[in-house]
Amino acid sequence: MTAVDELTWTAVCEFGDLEPERGVAALLPGGEQVALFLTYAGTLHALSNVDPFSGAAVLSRGIVGDRTGMPVVSSPVYKQAFDLTTGQCLDEPDVRVRTYPVVVWDGFVRVGSP
Amino acid sequence: MTRTLVVVGNGMVGHRAVQALRDRDAEGTWRVVVLAEESRPAYDRVALSSYVDTWDAGTLSLPEHDESVQVRLGDPVRHIDRAAKVVTTASGHEQGYDALVLATGSRPFVPPVPGHDLPGCHVYRTIEDLDLIRASGGRSAVVIGGGLLGLEAANAVRLMGMAPKVVELAPRLMPLQVDEGGGALLRRQVERLGLEIHCGVSTVAVEAGGNGAAAGVSLADGTRLDADVVVFSAGIRPRDELARESGLAVGERGGILVDESCRTSDESIYAVGECACLEGRVYGLVGPGYAMAEVVADRLLGGGAVFPGADTSTKLKLLGVDVASFGDAHAASPGALEVVHNDPVSGSYRKLVVSDDAHVLLGGVLVGDASQYATLRPLVGRPLPADPGSLVAPAGGVDLALPDEAQVCSCHAVTKGQITCAINESGCTDVASVKSCTKAGTGCGSCVPMLKQLLDECGVVQSKALCEHFEQSRAELFEVVRATGIRTFSQLIAGYGKGRGCDICKPVVASILASLATGHVLDGEQAGLQDTNDRFLANLQRNGTYSVVPRIPGGEITPEKLLVIAEVARDFGLYTKITGGQRIDLFGATVDQLPPIWRRLVDAGFESGHAYGKALRTVKSCVGTTWCRYGVQDSVALAIDLELRYRGLRAPHKIKAGVSGCARECAEARGKDFGVIATELGWNLYVGGNGGFKPRHADLLVSDVDTETLVRVIDRFLMFYVRTADRLQRTAAWIEAMDGGLDHLREVIVDDSLGICADLESAMAEHIDSYQDEWRGVLEDPEKLARFSSFVNAPGVPDPTISFREERGQRVPTVQLGMPTEGLLAGPNISEVAAR
Ligand code: SRM
Ligand SMILES: Cc1cc2nc3c(=O)[nH]c(=O)nc-3n(C[C@H](O)[C@H](O)[C@H](O)COP(=O)(O)OP(=O)(O)OC[C@H]3O[C@@H](n4cnc5c(N)ncnc54)[C@H](O)[C@@H]3O)c2cc1C
Ligand code: SF4
Ligand code: FES
Repeated sequence: MTAVDELTWTAVCEFGDLEPERGVAALLPGGEQVALFLTYAGTLHALSNVDPFSGAAVLSRGIVGDRTGMPVVSSPVYKQAFDLTTGQCLDEPDVRVRTYPVVVWDGFVRVGSP
Repeated sequence: MTRTLVVVGNGMVGHRAVQALRDRDAEGTWRVVVLAEESRPAYDRVALSSYVDTWDAGTLSLPEHDESVQVRLGDPVRHIDRAAKVVTTASGHEQGYDALVLATGSRPFVPPVPGHDLPGCHVYRTIEDLDLIRASGGRSAVVIGGGLLGLEAANAVRLMGMAPKVVELAPRLMPLQVDEGGGALLRRQVERLGLEIHCGVSTVAVEAGGNGAAAGVSLADGTRLDADVVVFSAGIRPRDELARESGLAVGERGGILVDESCRTSDESIYAVGECACLEGRVYGLVGPGYAMAEVVADRLLGGGAVFPGADTSTKLKLLGVDVASFGDAHAASPGALEVVHNDPVSGSYRKLVVSDDAHVLLGGVLVGDASQYATLRPLVGRPLPADPGSLVAPAGGVDLALPDEAQVCSCHAVTKGQITCAINESGCTDVASVKSCTKAGTGCGSCVPMLKQLLDECGVVQSKALCEHFEQSRAELFEVVRATGIRTFSQLIAGYGKGRGCDICKPVVASILASLATGHVLDGEQAGLQDTNDRFLANLQRNGTYSVVPRIPGGEITPEKLLVIAEVARDFGLYTKITGGQRIDLFGATVDQLPPIWRRLVDAGFESGHAYGKALRTVKSCVGTTWCRYGVQDSVALAIDLELRYRGLRAPHKIKAGVSGCARECAEARGKDFGVIATELGWNLYVGGNGGFKPRHADLLVSDVDTETLVRVIDRFLMFYVRTADRLQRTAAWIEAMDGGLDHLREVIVDDSLGICADLESAMAEHIDSYQDEWRGVLEDPEKLARFSSFVNAPGVPDPTISFREERGQRVPTVQLGMPTEGLLAGPNISEVAAR
């Protein structure tokens, strides 16, 4: 995260608002939507909310779990799995969704965007 | 140039010949005209006896031909002018032909004993014959003939409420198929069912009573049997009269003589099925007839097919007794030896016929327990894999290594080699895929155990593991949850699985927990296990919006309630459509609109329709006695009762049902997981039907039961399904995969063979007692309501990517900007969809 300094940080919710393995969607100032996930192990991830296969903004509503230990969300539309850490689609090597840096500061979850 | 093919006779074989030709004659070189004596479309005569279950001829129907085939029903051919190539029918209709196929079948042989033509005397071959026997209202019946058909007839008569007596000339029952020992066992078993058997005696006369109709039958040994119904089933005679009259060659004992291409002595005339005499034989089974039909279709298209020879093996369940006979069952080959194992206590008889050196299997007879039939029959004519004694011993668990050319499925002539190739090369991994790939197992089904064995032999481990997180099958997990009382996913995966789960196991566990009536589906951790549809109690659409489907039990709705739906749809701008399930779907709601929409619906008395869940969907009804002039029971009331009884029941897959008020079946009940059809005496229950990807008609489970019995059996059926089916396995696939199939299911849930029925019923009672409307549950709980928001940081702001356009006066989704390129947009293929 070399470019951290140039990012805008948007506080989207309190950390306590998140429940493990249940995503929520947040709206960034530019109109972008991110899907936020808290894993059972306590790690936090932010991905673009748009499912590249259907075009619907719904990734936050997918089921969170793991594939061979790697935390993933599967799209609620056609069920492809996405690596929460990298956004890589595990079923289609050419597809990857955007990830966003996310931090907890002062009890607030903040998502970074350019 | 189009030529004209005329087919005389619209029985099973004539029908197959036309079908085979239409399937292959893509260019349409033949115009086909079928001239039929019977006045109803072709039907499944082999299954004729099942007509007494339903008295619904529709259940026997065969697929209809395409519209290019002209069928003239109820007008038999009376004359063939071979020189002019014209046939004339009874009504005087003339029809020219380029090729003629005679498929006139056979007629029952009625021995010319005095009185054989009295009123009350019947034969057993057509639907009309059965209707007549039923309409006679007789009380005592004698069936003349104790062969395969005679016993079937006796059972049918028994099911009509008469106590049948069977008279057989030969010293034993089924003399063609079984030997003395097998016949003796068979006799004991059927006598237990209350049949009275007289073997080794001939019929002298049918005697008339005071009213001039049959009243009794006298036998050569002086016995007189009471009978107001007499059914002759003493063999068949080929219907070769048309051929004789037109000078075609016929066999010594009847039957139109044909060569191996099924051609008669006139080269433009063929004969197929039971009217044909091939290599000196007339075959009374449908398998050889079908083979002839295929040969003729091929010949008509210029091919060189020849009759492949017939397998006259039979395996059937007669009056609950398994009987199988194959190869040289009577040890007629010179020097043949018989190896017999007879166990009268357990009721099983097995005989193998082997060559004089005991090395080659020639045939066999199995009575009582025919489970070895599928493995033994393909070995006929081959070296025995073990000594014959061990093969007939009760637990003959001997390795039967078959050669590749051995025919495993005789209905569709599929060899072991073709099946192993499907497994090893085409990647079939279960019986279902072997069936669809090779057609093996899709006829009489008797080779299915063999298919399983071949899968095993090829090393296909039919894994039961649910997914990478659980080794167990769904049914096993169900038992774990039930036995341990574990009520959260985290506890379950920590104790019995690994990792954190996925989109396969999480919804399964959610469904199991819900089936066990453990509170609201969105309580606590459960919410995160649900597929998006269950998580928002609505169906996700392609653009991220959801649909709303209120329950409309049985499809009955008041105008006031219709108005509420209409107003909600109008006020929220929802696209509205009548579904295929007799209710109304409102499409295009955003997540944050769902609660206010449901608030209005719940206030007006609606509840969730579970269109989103793997749960009971709808119980479709027809208007029944209330309005319909044909209805015999109140189908609407029953449909509503059933829908309310089972609403909310979570299951391995969705469950659909239907109730029809009479056999016309306007509610399409036989296309449902469970379907009820009204009869004059009560209800018939059918199970295991569905439409969808692989349509299947439901099979009759119980008939003429009262409402209380009906509901009890459905309770057991559904709970047994919920407990033991695999993930996403509809009831049809579940029953098909069950060892013993429908018969086993009937034993478990009707006869209570496992002693679990009381438990199944109380589990259902618990479900019914604990039912609560899921949407009301959400509206009453602020914490659950809070989750229905578009954005965690902007709850009121609608998703900006969702937009609509108008089509036919309603809002439909627009394809959004920023959507990926076309390649990516392609939806999943059908097999993926079906797997979900
Ligand atoms: C709305 C409706 C079509 C319509 O416009 O009429 C419909 C719509 C859908 N059907 Fe259906 N089916 C509808 C009647 C049917 C019927 C006809 C019937 O029930 O009489 C069938 C065939 C009969 C059957 O199921 O035996 C049918 C066979 C399927 C299947 C294939 C099931 C199978 O066993 O092969 C699926 C896929 C699945 O469930 O896995 C499916 C799945 C779906 C889903 C839920 C697909 C999805 O997951 O998004 C559709 C979503 C609708 C939505 O967004 O609300 N739908 N679907 C019908 C709703 C009926 C209702 O009131 O609940
Ligand atoms: C109760 C029952 C159970 C059976 N069970 C089995 C079984 O388990 N396994 C098995 O393999 N087989 C079984 N069979 C036998 C099987 O049904 C026959 O082998 C098969 O139906 C023969 O077909 P087909 O087309 O040759 O004759 P059919 O089905 O008899 O058809 C001949 C048709 O031709 C019509 N016809 C005759 N003359 C004329 C004419 N001049 N003009 C126009 N039409 C004419 C007849 O009306 C009839 O409709 C059973 C039969 C019965 C009755
Ligand atoms: S199934 Fe029978 S009772 Fe029901 S509507 Fe149709 S004809 Fe009438
Ligand atoms: S032998 Fe009848 S289906 Fe295979």
